[in-house]
Amino acid sequence: MTDTSPRTEPADWATDQEVRWCPGCGDYSILTAMRMLMPELDVDRENTVFISGIGCAARFPYYMNTYGMHGIHGRAPAIATGLAMARPDLDIWVIGGDGDMMSIGGNHLIHSLRRNVNIKILLFNNMIYGLTKGQFSPTSEVGKVTKSSPMGSLDAPFNPVSVALGAEASFVARTHDMDRQHMMDMFRRAHDHKGASIVEVFQNCNVFNDGAWEGITKKQNRDSNLITLEHGQPIRFGADGEFGVLVDNGAAKVVSVADVGVDALLVHDEHKPDPSTAFMLSRLSRGPFEPTPIGVFRAIERIEYATSSTSQLAMAHENQGSGDLASLLRSRGTWQV
Amino acid sequence: MTDTAPRELPLQELDEVIIRFAGDSGDGMQLTGDQFTSISAALGNDLATLPEFPAEIRAPQGTLAGVSAFQVRISDFAITTPGDAPTVLVAMNPAALKAQVKNVVQGGAIIINTDAFNERNLEKAGYDSNPLEDGSLEGYRTYPVPMSQITRDAVAEHGVKPRDAERSKNFFALGLISWMYTRPVEPTMEFISTKFSGKELVIKANEAAFHAGYNFGETAELFESHYEIKPASLPSGEYTNVNGNTALAWGCVAAGQLARLPVFLGSYPITPASDILHDLSALKNFGVRTFQAEDEIAAAASAVGAAFGGALSFTTTSGPGVALKGESLGLAVSLELPLIVIDIQRGGPSTGLPTKPEQADLLMAMYGRHSESPMPIVAPKSPADCFNAAIEACRIALRYRTPVMLLSDGYLATSSEPWLLPDVDSLPDIGVDFHTGFNGTNEDGEGIFLPYLRDPETLARPWAIPGTPDLMHRIGGIEKEDGSGNISYDPENHQKMVDLRAAKIEAIDVPDVEVAGDQDATFCMLGWGSTWGAIDAAVDRLQQGGKKVAHVHLSHLNPLPKNLGEVLAAFDKVICPEMNDGQLVNLVRAKYLIDVKPVNKMNGVPFTTAEIESAALQAMDAS
Repeated sequence: MTDTSPRTEPADWATDQEVRWCPGCGDYSILTAMRMLMPELDVDRENTVFISGIGCAARFPYYMNTYGMHGIHGRAPAIATGLAMARPDLDIWVIGGDGDMMSIGGNHLIHSLRRNVNIKILLFNNMIYGLTKGQFSPTSEVGKVTKSSPMGSLDAPFNPVSVALGAEASFVARTHDMDRQHMMDMFRRAHDHKGASIVEVFQNCNVFNDGAWEGITKKQNRDSNLITLEHGQPIRFGADGEFGVLVDNGAAKVVSVADVGVDALLVHDEHKPDPSTAFMLSRLSRGPFEPTPIGVFRAIERIEYATSSTSQLAMAHENQGSGDLASLLRSRGTWQV
Repeated sequence: MTDTAPRELPLQELDEVIIRFAGDSGDGMQLTGDQFTSISAALGNDLATLPEFPAEIRAPQGTLAGVSAFQVRISDFAITTPGDAPTVLVAMNPAALKAQVKNVVQGGAIIINTDAFNERNLEKAGYDSNPLEDGSLEGYRTYPVPMSQITRDAVAEHGVKPRDAERSKNFFALGLISWMYTRPVEPTMEFISTKFSGKELVIKANEAAFHAGYNFGETAELFESHYEIKPASLPSGEYTNVNGNTALAWGCVAAGQLARLPVFLGSYPITPASDILHDLSALKNFGVRTFQAEDEIAAAASAVGAAFGGALSFTTTSGPGVALKGESLGLAVSLELPLIVIDIQRGGPSTGLPTKPEQADLLMAMYGRHSESPMPIVAPKSPADCFNAAIEACRIALRYRTPVMLLSDGYLATSSEPWLLPDVDSLPDIGVDFHTGFNGTNEDGEGIFLPYLRDPETLARPWAIPGTPDLMHRIGGIEKEDGSGNISYDPENHQKMVDLRAAKIEAIDVPDVEVAGDQDATFCMLGWGSTWGAIDAAVDRLQQGGKKVAHVHLSHLNPLPKNLGEVLAAFDKVICPEMNDGQLVNLVRAKYLIDVKPVNKMNGVPFTTAEIESAALQAMDAS
C-alpha cells in the first residue's frame, strides 16, 4: 500500500512574514483555504508561483512559502503570461482584487483569458478600493457613496463572471470567503484545469465596505440567496430546494419548483461549449441582495497557450533543424572579399 | 528607326554612385532598391542604403505624401554613410520628381518615366507646368524614358493584362540601372523566380520588363556611356548585407546562445520596430518564444515575468511604447532582473514621424521613469553594429541583473551595409549561473536564501529561478530590505537601496572611449548612435581640407566611459551633432562641466556629411 499522507502540511506553505491585512479582513480566510488546499494538491512549493498586482489582495504572495512576485497594478496577468510561456512547467496563481483586475488591469485579464494561458486567477471582489482607502471600484453598485463619489458613483458595475465568459474563459467559477470548503473546492478545480481559470471570490472588506456581501453570504441568507451550481444537477436552492432556475425566453429565471416541477429546471452543464447558458446564469443576479449562483459556471477544454507555443517551437525544430547561428548570419546571402 | 544591335558604348570607371529610386508607395521602389543593393554587394562594392517611405501603407496615389524612395550608395572604397545627395535619380512619376529633385546634385542624372507625366499626375504633384518641358530641370542631365509603355509592350506577349503590366515597371527601371552600372543579369533573374515563386505570369512579366530595361539602355542612344564601379578594398572575409533591425534580431538570438538561455520576446507592433518581432518570430527553431501582447505594457510586463522564470528576456518598441513600458521598467529596476528594452527611436512626440529617425529618446531612456531608477544604455553606431550592441546589452543585463535600454533609430533600422561576418566561435561567453544554494544562515544556523545579498564585485543580486528547491522567495515592487529582500519601509534601508541601485549601474564595466581622427587635434566631434557614419565621413573630408579634427563616439550612454571627462577636457572645442535638441550635450555638460556645443537636427532625415562638415568649420572659426 502506498503512503497517501500529504507530503506537506499547511504550515509548510506559510512564510515567516507577518500578515498585514486589517483584522477581520476576508482575505485571511482565503489565505487559510489556500494553505490548507496546497498539501492536498500534492504539488511542490518550488514549482508553485504566486503573482500579484497591487492592492490589499496583492499582498498574498508574501504569505505563501513559494516563489512569488508582487508586481504592478493590474499587470499580474501579463507578468504571469510571460512566466507561463517561459516556464510551462510551473504552477502559476495570479491574485488580485476588483480594482486590480477589472479596472487598471482589465485589458490584461481578458486577453489572458482568451489566450487560455495556463494560469489560475483568483479575483478577490470586495466592490471597493481598499488599499487607497475607500473609493468606488468597477464592481461597486451605481450610486455608491465614497470619498471620490460623495453624491454617489455614476458608473455601472462590471459583473466579473460575465466579463470572463465574454472573454471566452475556459474555466469560470465563483465562491465566497465565508465558506472555506467551497473555496477549497473551487481553487482545486481551478488548479486542475488546463488553461486559464478564473475564480471570483466574494470577499468582505470590513473597513471600507463591511457587510457588502451579507445579503447573500451571511448564514441566514445563504439558503434563500446562494444558488450552488452542480454539474449534471437541476439548479435548485432554498432550505428545502423549493426554488429553482429555468431558462425562459432567452434568460435565466428563478421559479418555485412547486409551480413548474423539477423536470422544467435547467440542468447545469459546465462543459457546454457554447457559453450562452453560463452567461445567462451570470446575469441572474443584479447584486448581493437576490439569488446569486456560486460554483463552476464553465469548464471546457481548449488548447492551452504555452502548449501551443511549445508545439510551434517543436515543429520549427523538426522542419528547420536546430538553429545554427553561423548559418543564420548567412541566410540572406553572402559574398567573399 | 532605332538600331537594335548592341552599341559599343564607352565604359567609364567611377569610384562611387549614389542612386535614389523614387516612385509611388505602391511602385515597388523598396524592392527595386533592395535588389540593386544585393547585386552590388555581391560584386564586392562597399555600400550603404537609406530607405525612405511614408507612414501610410498606400498614401494617396500620385501625391507628394505618397512618395517612397530608396537611396543606395555604392563605391570602390570604404564608406560609412548612404551619401548626402544622389547623383542619379530615378523618378517614376511627377510627385517623385517634385519631392526628390531638390536632393539631386547639380549636374546629376535624372531618369524619368515620361508616361506618368500626364495632366492628372502633374496636377496631383502640384506642378503648374510640365517640368519636362518648362526648363526647370536645366542643370541636370535628364533621360526621358517611356517606361510604362515599353513595359506594357514587353510583357504583352506573355498574356499579361495591361493593367497588371504596369506593375512590372519597377523591374524595367532596375534593368535599365543594372545596364548603366554593368550589374549582372543572372542574380536578378534568380531573385525574381524565388520572390514570385508559384506566380508564373508575374515571373515572366518581371523578367520581360527587366530585360526590356536592360536592352533599352544598350540600344536607345539615350545614354553616352555606362559605368563600372570596381569592388572596394574591404578587409577580406565573408560578408552579408544587413539592416539594423535584422542585425538586432540576430544579436538577440546570438546572445541567447552565448548565454545558454532561451530567448523570450514580449512585443507589440509599432513602427519602426515591428521587423524585429517579425524576424524573431520566424526563428522558433532557435528556441525563441515571441509573444505579441495586447499592448506595450503587457509586452514589457510579460518580459519581466519571463526574466523571473530564467529566460533571456526582451521587449522591442519605439518611443511611445517606451513611455508605456516605463512602469514595468521601474519594477524591473526594483526587482533587479535582467531585461533588454530595444527602442527604435522615431520622430515625435506622440505619433510624430513614425517612419523617420530621431535620437530624442536619450533623456527618456536615462531619466524617463518614476523615482530614481537608473538603467544602463547602449547604442549601436551602424546597421551591422546593432548585432554587437544587442550582445553587449545582454551581457550587461545578465551580469548586473538589470534592465538595459538599447537605443537604435529608424535610420539604422532600415538602412543596410555590408557586414564582415564574425566567427561565431569568437563571440564572448555572456552566460551567468543561476543561484542554486543557500547563501546565508538564520540564527539557528540553518541555511537560508537571501535574494538581495549582493555579489561584492558587481553588486548584482542572486538570480534564483522558480523550480529551484529550497530557494523559494518573494520579490516585489515594494522597497526591500537589503539582503533578505523582505518588505521594508525603514528610511535608512531605503536610502541604502537607492544608493546601491545607483552604485551598481555606475560601476558597470564599460570600455574607455577611444579618440578617432587626429590624436593631436584641439577640436573634437562627440557623437552617439547613428550619427557615427556621417561624423566619420565629415572627419575624412575635414582632414582632406587640411584640418585637424578628433572624433569621440559613445556606444555606452549610461554609465558613460570612465575616461570621457578627461578625454573631452583635453580639447579646446567640442561639438556634438545629435538628432535631438541637445540631449547628450545636456548630460555631458551636467556631468563634466564641459561646454560641449550642440549641433542639432530634427527634420526626420539623418545628418549629411556636408552638414556636419560645415558645422565643424563654423565652430572652428568661431572664437
